[in-house]
Amino acid sequence: MSEIKPELRYSEEHEWALPVNGRIVRVGITDFAQDQLGDIVFVELPEAGARVTAGESMGTIESVKTVSELYAPVTGTVVAVNEKLLDSPELVNQEPYGAGWLVEIEAEGDVEEALGRLLTADRYREMIGES
Amino acid sequence: MKREKALIFEMTKPGRVAYSLPECDVPEIDVSSAIPSEYLRSEPAELPEVYEVDVIRHYTELSRRNFGVDNGFYPLGSCTMKYNPKINEDVARFPGFAKIHPYQPEESVQGALELLYTLQNDLAALTGMDRVSLQPAAGAHGEWTGLMMIRAYHESRGEKRTKVIVPDSSHGTNPASAAVAGFETVTIPSNAEGLVDPDALREAVGPDTAALMLTNPNTLGLFEKHILEIADIVHEAGGLLYYDGANSNAIMGIARPGDMGFDVVHLNLHKTMSTPHGGGGPGAGPVGVKEILAPFLPKPVVGRREDGTYYWDWDIPQSIGRVKAYCGNFGILVRAYAYIRSLGPEGLRRVSELAVLNANYVRSRLAPYFDVPYPGICKHQFVLSGKRLKAHGVRTLDVAKRLLDFGFHPPTIYFPLNVEECIMIEPTETESKETLDAFIEAMIQIVREAETDPELVTGAPHTTVVKRLDEATAARRPVLNCTCG
Repeated sequence: MSEIKPELRYSEEHEWALPVNGRIVRVGITDFAQDQLGDIVFVELPEAGARVTAGESMGTIESVKTVSELYAPVTGTVVAVNEKLLDSPELVNQEPYGAGWLVEIEAEGDVEEALGRLLTADRYREMIGES
Repeated sequence: MKREKALIFEMTKPGRVAYSLPECDVPEIDVSSAIPSEYLRSEPAELPEVYEVDVIRHYTELSRRNFGVDNGFYPLGSCTMKYNPKINEDVARFPGFAKIHPYQPEESVQGALELLYTLQNDLAALTGMDRVSLQPAAGAHGEWTGLMMIRAYHESRGEKRTKVIVPDSSHGTNPASAAVAGFETVTIPSNAEGLVDPDALREAVGPDTAALMLTNPNTLGLFEKHILEIADIVHEAGGLLYYDGANSNAIMGIARPGDMGFDVVHLNLHKTMSTPHGGGGPGAGPVGVKEILAPFLPKPVVGRREDGTYYWDWDIPQSIGRVKAYCGNFGILVRAYAYIRSLGPEGLRRVSELAVLNANYVRSRLAPYFDVPYPGICKHQFVLSGKRLKAHGVRTLDVAKRLLDFGFHPPTIYFPLNVEECIMIEPTETESKETLDAFIEAMIQIVREAETDPELVTGAPHTTVVKRLDEATAARRPVLNCTCG
C-alpha cells in the first residue's frame, strides 16, 4: 500500500498538488509513482518563469529503467524549482511529498477551481487500485 | 573463473614487452626525417608493459566472462538472438571481400558489387518492396533514414506534416528516430487485444500526419490483423506507413510488408539474417521503399548495366544524401548474403515457421505459471507478466537475475511498457527441444522458489562473477575515466 495524503489533490498522471500560499501550488509525484519508477537518476524541470498548461508535459523524470513525462496539474507560471534534485534525485524516492517536491506553480485563474478539477485522495486511491 | 580482474594498465611493469620482432632487414631511418615534427609524440604512448603470456591470459579471462549465443540460450524478446552460422564467417573472410577497399575502381570489385546488387534484390523480394538501400548501419539508423525519406516526400509535394504516430507498444527507437528526424510523436493506445485500434487511429490521423510507424507482428508477438484497414486509414489521410522490420523473423516467406500496404521498411540483418550482435554491432539496417519513395533513396545504390557489369549509381537527384560512410557495413552485408544463399526461399520460410512454433511451445508450457496478458497463438515472441510473484515479494527483475544462475541469458524485461512486470521471450528457431525444455524447467523452478524460498530469487544471482550492480549510482554519479599507475 502506498502513502496517499488526504489533504492533497492528485492528477491521473500521478502528480500531487498542494496550495501553499495564495495562488501558488506546490507539485510533486506520488509515493505510488516513485515506487513504480524505481530509483530516480535524473529530473528535468522547467525553468522559473516558464508557462505550463494543465495536462501537458512540463519536464521528464528518469529512473534506471525508464524516462517518464511530468505533466503540469494546473495551468500557470513556474515560480520555484527544487534545485536540490539536481544533485540528489533520490529525494523523490525518499520523500515524494516532502523534500522531493518538484516545482511551485502560480496558478492562472481560480486556484480552487483548478484544484477542484483534480482527483481527491479517495478517488486517486481508487484509480491506482488500492481501495 | 577468477573474481578480481585488474585492468591491463594496472598490470604494467617497466621493461616488460609482449612482442618479439625479427631483426630489421631494411635500412633504418630516423622517424623525424620522415614525419613532420608536429605529428611526432613528445612522450611515448602509455601502452601497458606486460609479458605476452599475461596479455593472452588477461584477454582469455575476459572472454570467458562473456555470454553470447555461442555460450547458451539467449531468449531476448525482439532481439532475435539466433545462432550465427560459421559459414558466414568463412565467406566474410574471402580475400575478394575482406581485402578490398570501397574506393577501388569498380572494375576491380565486381564480385563485391554483384553481391550487394543481388542482396538489394533479395531483400526487396522478401519484403515486397521496389528498391533497397543497404547503407544504414543498424535498425534505428534505418528508421531514421526511412523517416527522412518520408519527410523529403512530403516536402516535395509542398506539404508540411509534422506528426508521426506510434502505438504505445512500440520499441523506444521508433519515437526517438521520429524526434531526431524532426517530427513530433503521437502515441495511440493499444486495444484490449494488444493491437492497434482502427477507430483510435482514425481519431489520431489528420492533415499533419506524416506517417504511422508499426512493427508487424508487434512487440507483444501479435499479428496486426487490421493491417489492411490501418494502411487505408493512414493513406487516405495523406500519410505514409513505416514498417519496423525488427520482428521479420516471424513472417519470412509467409507475409510481406509491401503487400500489407507499407511504403517503407527497414530490416535488421543482425536480427533476422543471423549476423553477429549483442556486443554492440556492427549491425545493418537496410531500407526498402515503394516506388513513390525511390527518388529519395540514399545514394549511391548498386546498379547493373545491360552488359552485366555492376556500378555505383549516383543518379538519384532528390536523394536525401549519404547516410553512412562507404556503402554501409559491408562485412555484415556479406554475412547476411551468405545466410540467405544458404537457406534459399524455402529455408527462410522454414526459419519463420520454426521460430513461431518454438515461441508457441514455450508459451504454452509456461502459461500455467505466469499471467499471460494476451492468451492465444503468438508469432515468434510472446509476453508474460510476473505480477503474481509480487505476492511473495519477487519481481520480474529477480526472476531475470535468478535465470543467470541456471546458465541462461534472461529474456527482455519491463518492455513493452504496457504490460505490468513484463517478460518478453523470443526463443528463435535455432534451438533444440532439449534447450527449450531446460529453460522452461528453470523458469518453473524459479516460480517454485519464489513461493517457498523467495530470498533465493531476490538475492540472485549467486553464481556469477558480478552480482547486482548499483545502476542507480552509476547513472547518478558516473565515473567516466580513471588513472592507473
